[in-house]
Amino acid sequence: MKIGVFICHCGSNIAATVDCAKVAENARAFPDVVFSTDTMYTCSEPGQEEIIAAIKAHSLDGVVVASCSPRMHEPTFRRTVERAGLNRYMFEMANIREHVSWIGKDREANTNKATELVLMAVEKLRRNAPLFSKKFESTKKVLVIGGGVAGIQAALDCADAGLKVVLVERETTIGGKMAKLDKTFPTVDCSSCILGPKMVDVAQHPNITLMAASEVTGVSGYVGNFTVSIKRRATYVDWSKCTGCGLCTEKCPAKKSPDKFNEFMGPTTAINIPFPQAIPKKAAIDPAACRKLTGGKCGVCAKICPTGAINYEMKDEIATEQVGAIVAASGYDLVDWTIYGEYGGGRYPDVITSLQYERLLSAAGPTGGHILRPSDGKEPKRIVFIQCVGSRDKSIGRPYCSGFCCMYTAKQAVLTKDHIPDSQSYVFYMDIRAPGKMYDEFTRRAIEEYGTEYIRGRVSAIQPDGKGRYIVRGADTLLGKPVDVLADLVVLAVGVEGAKGAGKLAETLHISYDHYGFFMESHCKLRPVETNTAGVFLAGACQGAKDIPSSVAQGSGAAAKVIGLLSKPQLENDPQVSSVDIKRCVGCGKCVDVCPFQAITKENIRGEIKAQVIEAVCQGCGLCVATCPQGAIQLSHFTDNQILAEVNALCQC
Amino acid sequence: MNVAYYPGCSGKGTSVEYERSTQAVFASLGISLRELSDWSCCGSTPAHATDARLSAALSARNLCLAADTMRRYDATRFTTPCPSCLANLKTARHHMAEAKFREQVNKLLDSPCPAISDKGEDPLPEVVSTLQLLVEDYGLDNIAAAVRTPLSGLKIAPYYGCLLSRPADIMKFDDPENPTSMDRLLEALGAEVVPFPLKTECCGAAMGIPRRDITSRLTGRILETAVTYKADVVAVACPLCHMNLDLRQQQAKAAGNASYKLPVLYFTQLMGLAYNLPMSELGLDKLAVDPSEILHKIGKEVSA
Repeated sequence: MKIGVFICHCGSNIAATVDCAKVAENARAFPDVVFSTDTMYTCSEPGQEEIIAAIKAHSLDGVVVASCSPRMHEPTFRRTVERAGLNRYMFEMANIREHVSWIGKDREANTNKATELVLMAVEKLRRNAPLFSKKFESTKKVLVIGGGVAGIQAALDCADAGLKVVLVERETTIGGKMAKLDKTFPTVDCSSCILGPKMVDVAQHPNITLMAASEVTGVSGYVGNFTVSIKRRATYVDWSKCTGCGLCTEKCPAKKSPDKFNEFMGPTTAINIPFPQAIPKKAAIDPAACRKLTGGKCGVCAKICPTGAINYEMKDEIATEQVGAIVAASGYDLVDWTIYGEYGGGRYPDVITSLQYERLLSAAGPTGGHILRPSDGKEPKRIVFIQCVGSRDKSIGRPYCSGFCCMYTAKQAVLTKDHIPDSQSYVFYMDIRAPGKMYDEFTRRAIEEYGTEYIRGRVSAIQPDGKGRYIVRGADTLLGKPVDVLADLVVLAVGVEGAKGAGKLAETLHISYDHYGFFMESHCKLRPVETNTAGVFLAGACQGAKDIPSSVAQGSGAAAKVIGLLSKPQLENDPQVSSVDIKRCVGCGKCVDVCPFQAITKENIRGEIKAQVIEAVCQGCGLCVATCPQGAIQLSHFTDNQILAEVNALCQC
Repeated sequence: MNVAYYPGCSGKGTSVEYERSTQAVFASLGISLRELSDWSCCGSTPAHATDARLSAALSARNLCLAADTMRRYDATRFTTPCPSCLANLKTARHHMAEAKFREQVNKLLDSPCPAISDKGEDPLPEVVSTLQLLVEDYGLDNIAAAVRTPLSGLKIAPYYGCLLSRPADIMKFDDPENPTSMDRLLEALGAEVVPFPLKTECCGAAMGIPRRDITSRLTGRILETAVTYKADVVAVACPLCHMNLDLRQQQAKAAGNASYKLPVLYFTQLMGLAYNLPMSELGLDKLAVDPSEILHKIGKEVSA
């Protein structure tokens, strides 16, 4: 075997603390190495051409590149050796940047460690064998989880490209958080006027199947061929009969049911349609509030319904769908702000969240678009907004900035002045973060044209004054003085976290999530819509706090990735999969139990039970290899012999 | 029930009525307060403003005495009525869990504190406030059962001050921002507790000495809010709070606030009234603001 070794300087990233020429020189002494050199940027075009030229000039059988993490450039170099006529798996990478040069300053020690890592790669490469992908069919259908604006955008873009789409929404209507907003920054245009038509498009698109009041409960299979189980929650209304006339909601006697859509700012009926533009516009019963379902007596809606759609006996159903790709767009929820005892911890009726304030501003909200205090229904004249409640606060474990609160607070201050011209708004802020297009101009407008008083500082306490108002006590850090502001209404710009149940959904989808319930993208800069599970993509605030333009952009981005994936006539599997040596296999089935992807089955081979790997399903995680008591399973490209050769190489050094 | 007891310097001077009423109430409930012999300063403001180790050494000395007292009387608890002493004793014990700090403190002491056991148990006892002891150990039901004259018709603003519940991770008592222990205790006495929002606000504390204007403003706000909530009386649990709210009412008035005549009583004095303890043991004559009106409301006289 003839091996070529290329040591990359990565500019000064590696060369500053590793003697690359020395490593290349050391490598010349390694077994089977016939060529070794160091280059400035191996990944650049001249760098790649140098590899190709060396393969041809020295008739190389395999190549080692010592540079950055394989997560960065392994695919690049595999393509390079392939261009030179080698099998792409006759390539190994030694990570001497993240694992050496960036973490140590001792040049001699670094050079030694880099040499050792190169030797390990050479020893592994000597035992590599060419591997070949298999082609398989994919289902030209995509599952979108979450019907907020990001999910809607992803669903519409995929559907327009000719893919079938299943859009699953947990609530009884799509629209998500955006449907709850009154107006949007920085243009102050009506949220439901710009979202409404998109929601209608979803309902009318021939390629989209909308499943509201539904949740994804299970996912199996692999990229191109997922099997998804979806729980359709009982709504106690047969939606094939319901016309959305709303008669039932007028007559329902349980008029004090909690109104989730209106952020609990007013009561609703037990059977309800969340808002006039709901899609689908169908009634659903809240079983916890319904008199018939809780007490057995009532049945008014069944009597009044002109189409006989009410069914109190309805049960949850499980539906199954086959899809080729999945877009997670499950959005966000507000942090539980009631942990802030100094803000009353939820005891004061006129201390509300920004999302509750949106419902007060909305013409379709519980007050018909009039700003009225929850405590006494009076119009407030002095409104205090407090930013960064539950964000940028390490003390409650939420150190991150929620991104869009500065902007919506400015918008709410502007709208407040529009609604109540003789009102005065105050905003307590830490820093104004307005980096979007037209954003800073907008906050300037709120301050300069609308007379909103911005006070830089935190609020230490909100206290009722005993006469119906609240004293908001804080610091003005620009003046260096404590300030008290008298308020009729206090609006908290509450920070965001991953939607409730996001962690469970991530586990169902086999994707990673962080402490805050946000899903992890594959690469924070270069792969922002992909996950580390092939075929699962991200859109919107489920990946991190995002405003509407960013959510829409990511929805389209995820759709582009899905379209790109499913537009290929066939998909290729990764040949780094497990295989069973049936002579050694005793059919114990431990590998079947441990496989997270259900990629191993038990087969009867000539009267004996043996494990069998479904190559297209196997993700090459290696759990079965470590579990097998007989050593009967090997993972291609990571066989025991290859790994032990690396260990031996290290021990010899 | 035997309890090791640290009265603190105020109890022997400015807040003698708190000390006397505490003694009377505990005696009537059958709890024996065993005062530490030869106790000294807890290390409060002058010491802890100078050096944390000096302050901790003063507290540590008293904590060692408390451990002795508890052993001698087979006491299960160690208590103090003064929140300032409480905070110092608790803070010292908290910091002394760290080996290096404990060593530095021990160097200042003639008899060093015993070491923390291998199991992580500190031989220095934990201290609780008399309020916490009454509510959590003695129990509200028992407190209510001892009532002879219910304080019905009396509207009370419960004022905890800044220290009893904060900092939360050291004081480990009640909700740090909205404590309710004293509320429940006063309700057990039959009183009506107003939803007082300034329960844990600053009274001005020792700022009354260098900057009387600040204390006047802060006490003024607390009194003003209590009046707004139609309280007949403010209940306190701290000698310094009591001094600022009771003794400085004239100053609060001079700071531009309305004229107040709001009695400020220690919660133990209110307990004594509900338990029909002799007036001489409650020290009501020591108050700056005359409490006769509230006594009248529950059918009592100062001289009775």
